Amino acid sequence: MLLFISKRFGLMVLTMLIVSLLLFVLLELQPGNVATKVLGPYSSEEQRTLWLEANGYLKPLWTRYLSWLGGMVTGDFGESIRFKTPVADILWPRLWNSAILAFWTFAILVPLSLTLGVLAGMREGSALDRAISITSIITTSVPEFASAVFLSAIFVFSLGLLPGTSGMTDGFDPLQLFLPVMVLILYDVGYVTRMTRASMAEVMTTPYIRTAVLKGLPFRRVVFRHALRNALIAPFTVIMLQVNWLLSGVIVVEFFFAYKGFGGLLLEASLNQDIFLIEACTMVAVFVAVSTQTLADIGYTYLNPRIRLS
Amino acid sequence: MSARDTVSPIASSVAARAFIKALRSLALLRESKIAIAGIALVGFWVIVALLAPLVAPFPPNAQIQPFAAPLAAAPDGGIFLLGTDQLGRDILSRVMWGARTVLFFAPLATLSAYTVGIVMGLAAGYFGGWVDDVLSRVSDIILSFPVLVLYILIIATIGASGINIIIAVTFASAPGVMRIVRGLVLDLRTRNYVAAAQTRGENPWYIMLIEILPNARGPLIVDGCLRIGYVIITIGVLGFLGLGLPPPDPDWGGMINEARALALAFPHMTIIPCIAISTLVLGFNLLADGIREVSLHD
Repeated sequence: MLLFISKRFGLMVLTMLIVSLLLFVLLELQPGNVATKVLGPYSSEEQRTLWLEANGYLKPLWTRYLSWLGGMVTGDFGESIRFKTPVADILWPRLWNSAILAFWTFAILVPLSLTLGVLAGMREGSALDRAISITSIITTSVPEFASAVFLSAIFVFSLGLLPGTSGMTDGFDPLQLFLPVMVLILYDVGYVTRMTRASMAEVMTTPYIRTAVLKGLPFRRVVFRHALRNALIAPFTVIMLQVNWLLSGVIVVEFFFAYKGFGGLLLEASLNQDIFLIEACTMVAVFVAVSTQTLADIGYTYLNPRIRLS
Repeated sequence: MSARDTVSPIASSVAARAFIKALRSLALLRESKIAIAGIALVGFWVIVALLAPLVAPFPPNAQIQPFAAPLAAAPDGGIFLLGTDQLGRDILSRVMWGARTVLFFAPLATLSAYTVGIVMGLAAGYFGGWVDDVLSRVSDIILSFPVLVLYILIIATIGASGINIIIAVTFASAPGVMRIVRGLVLDLRTRNYVAAAQTRGENPWYIMLIEILPNARGPLIVDGCLRIGYVIITIGVLGFLGLGLPPPDPDWGGMINEARALALAFPHMTIIPCIAISTLVLGFNLLADGIREVSLHD
C-alpha cells in the first residue's frame, strides 16, 4: 500500500513537471514574444533588449526553465501585466473565493446525488428509478451557461428574488452565492447520480444481497448494512474526478455571474495574454486536477478491501 | 500480390454486412421510447438546419429593427416570431442558421477526434509495449488538464476560428477516445479470428481496421453520441466566452454572449438560443441512452 501511494505521488509530480515544461515552451520559448507582451506592442527594440537582459531572458532555455520552475514551486509567479501587482497577491484571494463556491457545491451535490442514485438503483426499473434517470439525462444535457440563463430568467427576471450578478461589490453576500452554486449543482448532479445508480444496481444483483433478502432481512437493513458499503466505493472516485469538471464549470459560472473567483481570473488572463498570470492559473488548475485524481486512486484502493488486502 | 487481391472483396462484403446490420439495429431502436425521443429531437434540428435557407423568415444577418419583442410585426410585413436582438436581427432566423453552424462543426470535430483517437487506440492496444506506453502517457497528460482550461489555452494561443475549434476539440477529445478503443482492443485481440488473420499473414493495420474495429463499434457508437453532445456544449461554451466563431455569422453560443449584457431587460434574446442548444444536446444524450438500452437487450 505504501509503495502504491509513493508510486502514485511520483507519477503526480512527473505529470506536473511535464505539464510545466509544455506550458513554458508554449508561452516562453521565444523571449522576444514575452518582452512584447510585457512591455506592450509599442515598446522599442532597445527597451525590450534591456528588459530581457535585466530579467535573465538571454540565458539558455534550460536555465530559464529551471529558475521559472523554482519560482512556481516557491509561489513566486512574477508580476501580472494587467493588474501591475505580483500574481500571488491576486491569485490566492481569487482561489479562496472559488473554494467557497466549490465547498457549497459539494456540500449539496454529494448528499443529493448519492441519495438519488441509491434510491434509483435500489429497485432497478421501478417508476422512481425511471423518473430519476430521465431527470438526470435532462439536467446533464443543459450546459452551465444555459441553466444560468434559465435560472436567472426565473429567479431574477420573473420573481425578483435573487441578485443577477455575484460581484460581491459590497462585501460578502450569501444571497449572491445561490445562483452560481445552483447552476454548478444542476449540471453535475445528473452524472454523479447515474454513476451511483449504476453501482448500486450492480451490487443489488449480487448473490450476497439475494441471500440477505431470502433469509428474510428487512429491505431497509439489506440496503443500509449490506449494499451501501460496496455500492459507495465507485461513486467516491466519480465525485473526486468531478473536481476536474467543476473547474471547467467554475470558469463559465464565474464569467456569467461576474463572481471574482479563480475561473474568471484564468479566462481574463488568457483573453488579455497576461502571460505570468496564465502560467500561474494553469499550473494551479492542473495541480488541483491531478492531486484529486491521485487522491481518488489512493482512496479507491484503500476503500476497496479486495484490492487493499490482495 | 495475392493478399492484395483478397482485400477488396472481403472489405466490401464486411462493409455490406456492417451496413445491413446497422439498418437492422436502427430498426431495433423503435423498441426504446428514449431512443425515439432522441431521434425526434436530433432529427428536428437536422431538418431545421437543412431547410434554414428556405424557411427562415429573414436573412440571418439583416439588421431590421432592434429590440423587437416576440410576435412583434416587422416594418415591411412579416412577424418577428421570436423577436429581434440588439442589432435588429430576427432571432428565429438566426437560431435556424445557427443550427447549420453547430451541426456542421460539431460532427466534423467529433469525427476528427475519433479518427485520431481510433488510430491511437488501435496502435496502443494492438502493438502494446513502448507504443502503448508512449501513447498512454501522452493522453494521461492531456486528460490531466481541466477540459475548459485546455480549450481556453489552445484557442487563446492559436486564435478563434472554425478550423481552430476543430483542432482544439481533436486535441482535447482524442485521448478519451483512445482510452476506450485501447480497452476494447486489448480484449478483442485475443480472439481466434485475429489469430487466424495473423496466421494468414495480414498486415497489422488491415487486422486492426477490418478485423478488430468493426467488432468494437457498439460502445464506440454510444460514446460517439455522448461525445457529439459534449462537443456541441463545448462549441457553445467557447462562443459564450467570446472564443468561438467570429461574428457576424449566427452561432448559438455567440448569440448568448452578445445578448448577455441585456439579458435582464430582454430575456428572450438569451433564452431562445439556450433552449436550442439544450434540446439538441438532450437529443444526442437520449439517443446514446436508447442505443445502450437496446444493445443490452440483445
